[in-house]
Amino acid sequence: MAEKDLEKIFQEKVDQEIKIEPKDWMPDAYRKTLIRQISQHAHSEIVGMLPEANWITRAPSLKRKVALLAKVQDEAGHGLYLYSAAETLGVERDDTIEDLHSGKAKYSSIFNYPTLTWADIGAIGWLVDGAAIMNQVPLCRCSYGPYSRAMIRVCKEESFHQRQGYSIMLAMANGTPEQKRMAQDAINRWWFPALMMFGPHDTESSHSEQSMNWKIKRFSNDELRQRFLDMTVPQCELLGCEVPDPNLKFNEETGHYEMSQLDWDEFWNVVKGNGKCNRQRIRARREAYERGEWVREAAMAYAEKKQKRREATKAS
Amino acid sequence: MLKRNKKEEKPRKRPNHEKTITMSNKKNWPLWEVFIRSKAGLSHRHAGSLHAADAEMALEMARDVYTRRNEGVSLWVVESIHITASDPSDKDALFEPANDKIYRHPTFYDLPDEVKHM
Repeated sequence: MAEKDLEKIFQEKVDQEIKIEPKDWMPDAYRKTLIRQISQHAHSEIVGMLPEANWITRAPSLKRKVALLAKVQDEAGHGLYLYSAAETLGVERDDTIEDLHSGKAKYSSIFNYPTLTWADIGAIGWLVDGAAIMNQVPLCRCSYGPYSRAMIRVCKEESFHQRQGYSIMLAMANGTPEQKRMAQDAINRWWFPALMMFGPHDTESSHSEQSMNWKIKRFSNDELRQRFLDMTVPQCELLGCEVPDPNLKFNEETGHYEMSQLDWDEFWNVVKGNGKCNRQRIRARREAYERGEWVREAAMAYAEKKQKRREATKAS
Repeated sequence: MLKRNKKEEKPRKRPNHEKTITMSNKKNWPLWEVFIRSKAGLSHRHAGSLHAADAEMALEMARDVYTRRNEGVSLWVVESIHITASDPSDKDALFEPANDKIYRHPTFYDLPDEVKHM
C-alpha cells in the first residue's frame, strides 16, 4: 500500500478515536514526536526525584518522611512506565538515557530550581505536581495506546502527591510566623515557574498544531495554564498566603483570573541550561548511572551463571 | 566473564517491529512483560514491561514497579522475545470471517415464546 493511503487510514483511525498500537503503521513524524515527548516526560520524572530527595533525610517528622519517600518512589516508577512506553516505539533504554546525559534530550525546566526549605517540598507537591496533573490528565486520552495506558496509571497515583504537598503547605501556613514566612517564600519562588510548566504561548509553540491533529495533545498550552490558574488561586487564598503577582485580578465578565506576562526570557534561559541547578541535576544522573554500571554487569553475569548451571543440571 | 560473546547475545529488541529507529550495541538487561492478577478469580492482565537480568529479578522489580498499591495477588513475567504477536495488517484475514457467522450467536435461533429460559 502506498504511504499516502497508509497515512489516510492512520488519520481516519485517529479521528475516530481508535488507539494506535505499537505494531500499527504510523507516520515517521508521529513516531518521532512520541519518542521525543514520552522520553522527555520519563526524564522529567527521573530528574524530578532530585530536588525532593534533597529533603528526605531532613523531613520534619516520620509521617512526612514516609510520605515523601513514597512520592519519590512513585516518580521512579512513573519514569519506568514511560521509558517502557517509549521502548514500544523502537528505541533502546540505554540510548534514551544517553540522550538525557548528553543534553540532547530535555526534561521539564522546573526541576532546575533549588529546594531551599521544607516549605519548597510543600510548594512542589501542590504547584508542580498540580500543574503536572493538569497536563497529564488529557494525555490519558492520547491516541497512542501505550502512552495513554501509562498516563492512566500515573494519574491515579499522582493525586496523592498533590494532596501531600498541600497538606505540608497547610501545616506551614497555620504554623509559627517563621513557618508562615517560609510558606510564602516558597510560593513566591515556585508560582511563576509552575505556570511556565505549560510551555510557551500557543502562538510560540512549535509542535502544537500537528500534535493536536494526531490527538497526542488535547488542549493548548494557554488553555491548560488558565485552568490551572483558576483552580490554584483560591487554594492559595485558603492557605492565607498571597499570590505573588501584583497584576492578578479576577475578570467578572469572563469568570477567569488574569495574570502578569510570564518572563519567557527566564524560561528559555533555563531550558538552554542556565538555570540554577541544570549542571548539578545532569551530574547527579550521570554519576548514578556510572556508579550503577558494575551492578548492572554483575547482575547480568550472575543471571548467565545461573542459566548455565541450570542447563548443566538438565544435561547431566 | 563480564564480556559476553556477541554471537550468543540474545536479541534484546521487541520482536516484529516494523521500524526501528536506532540500533544499539550497548547491553540493556532483557525486556520482560508483566502480567498481574488483580484478585483471585480474575485472569492475569498485561500491565507493562521492564528490564531485568533474569526472571527472578523481573518478578521482584515487577512488584516494586507495578504493585505499589495492592494492584495484585499474583504476577507473571515473560521475556518479551518469547511473545509472538499477530500482524495488525492480517487483522481482516484473521478476524473478518467471524463476522458473517451469525449462527454462532444464540439470537440467530427463533424459538416460540412458550420456550422459557433457554
